[in-house]
Amino acid sequence: MAQTHLPLAPQRGYGETTRKDPWWLPTLGTFIGLSGFIVYMTWAGMQNEHFSYQGYLSPAYSPLLFWTDPEGVTGLAGAERFAYFGPQPSWWPGAIPFLPALLILWAPGGFRITCYYYRGAYYKAFWQSPPNCAVGKPHKTYSGERSFPLIIQNIHRYFMYLAVVFLFILAHDVYLGMWFIDPATGAKSFGIGLGTIVLALNVTFLSAYTLGCHSLRHVIGGFKDRISGAPIRKSLYKGCTGLNKNHMRWAWTSLVWVGFTDFYIRMCSMGVFTDIRII
Amino acid sequence: MSKTVTFRITRGTGEKTELVDYQTEVGEGMVVLDAVHQIQAESAPDLAVRWNCKAGKCGSCSAEVNGMPRLMCMTRLGEINLDEPVTIEPMRTFPLIKDLVTDVSWNYEVKKRIKKMKPRKPDNEDGSWLMDQEDVERPQEFRKCIECFLCQNVCHVLRDHKLHAEFAGPRHFVYAAQLEMNPIDTADRLEDLKGPDGIGYCNITKCCTKVCPEHITITDNAIIPLKERVVDKFYDPIGKLFRVFSSRDS
Ligand code: SF4
Ligand code: SF4
Ligand code: FES
Ligand code: FES
Repeated sequence: MAQTHLPLAPQRGYGETTRKDPWWLPTLGTFIGLSGFIVYMTWAGMQNEHFSYQGYLSPAYSPLLFWTDPEGVTGLAGAERFAYFGPQPSWWPGAIPFLPALLILWAPGGFRITCYYYRGAYYKAFWQSPPNCAVGKPHKTYSGERSFPLIIQNIHRYFMYLAVVFLFILAHDVYLGMWFIDPATGAKSFGIGLGTIVLALNVTFLSAYTLGCHSLRHVIGGFKDRISGAPIRKSLYKGCTGLNKNHMRWAWTSLVWVGFTDFYIRMCSMGVFTDIRII
Repeated sequence: MSKTVTFRITRGTGEKTELVDYQTEVGEGMVVLDAVHQIQAESAPDLAVRWNCKAGKCGSCSAEVNGMPRLMCMTRLGEINLDEPVTIEPMRTFPLIKDLVTDVSWNYEVKKRIKKMKPRKPDNEDGSWLMDQEDVERPQEFRKCIECFLCQNVCHVLRDHKLHAEFAGPRHFVYAAQLEMNPIDTADRLEDLKGPDGIGYCNITKCCTKVCPEHITITDNAIIPLKERVVDKFYDPIGKLFRVFSSRDS
């Protein structure tokens, strides 16, 4: 290797470092933040109730592919009006609980799990590889993303295409959130409630996150050596690069907001919060 | 501000090293390298340290100050807690010659094996090329590299796992990106990047970016775009179908 044939310093033990700053703090923060989100979303996705209120549909359940309101639940209390393909399919095996959230959450979940930012973050926080920069790690061997299983991370761009489709669906949910139903007559009228704003911010933050994706940046221009040739491509690449610079910030903002949007709608549906009508 | 500060400096060669405490008086505006020079002059004339420019441009004075990879000439004492001993150690990822001086020659060997620039036919009769400033800017960021090898030093693939034989390291991904993204260049380095240069070992934990004294966005602007190009070539069968119609260089 090196020309002098001198030995290399031995690998440091787990957590060994001469750093004096609280290097474990950001790592712990990531661990708590991501774990908290996963626990909450799993819980919310398994509730199967209180995921809609008026025209609002929780992003944890959107798109709602199939849905049949349970017995005794009718009208505004239910969510049948959001189902894209009608009632729960008859072929659904009775032994398996019908959880519409889990039918769709694999897509945004897979998008985030394979996201370059989150990868770096959870390799540090969950896998301690490394616990932080210049801090000893617990592993003696290492294969990185070079071989199975982590080589699968290379499918990120396919999830990105799906995530872009989800943006349209979630934008449509904002539109649905602008129509309020009179519980007595069933008549719909236009309006804007606090929930509409919450949903609009949700799709905005998710767009800032998704449209700053490294894979998107690559497929809309990064793959070219000469980007200046096509003006539209050039502006798209520039826009994407701008969002990409703050990819980490958007990743966290959108993550927290998705959770909060579900929480807000859940609380409204349970009658804990009263949605404020602005218009 | 004049104050006596303890510096805990690595002394020795190869595996036989120890941290030795030195005290010296430090004043306003001093950098770590100044303190090391002062210690050399006052109490340790045989302390080995490499430096050249004292301006953060030659990349010779790389070391680990309080455990973080830094250029000694660019690390102001004012930004360090001087109430406790300040540790100064050599880079861990390269063989230690003596005290703070390591043998970084492995890096030069790796660089040699990265395919050289292979320019396309000149655009003009006088042998020159035309390029848009915007297309120049992207690879230009990577030209700021001063080859201090702090990024190589902090990268756990080299530092902890010593995969020097299979992994070129962030510095050389920056170099490869500089050539790959140059609109004039026609060479293809993707196969090498995936194979012998081992870009797949990088787990994008961004420590290289964090320590780069030239503030090159190593991970986001060099490594990830290269990883994406490797995906194009090796891991994206659907995209490949579409790309029959579009080439990277035009
Ligand atoms: S981002 Fe990749 S190259 Fe940079 S330090 Fe981390 S593993 Fe090494
Ligand atoms: S990329 Fe930055 S850290 Fe790495 S060798 Fe070049 S200047 Fe140093
Ligand atoms: S890189 Fe983060 S979403 Fe694609
Ligand atoms: S002495 Fe040249 S970079 Fe520090």
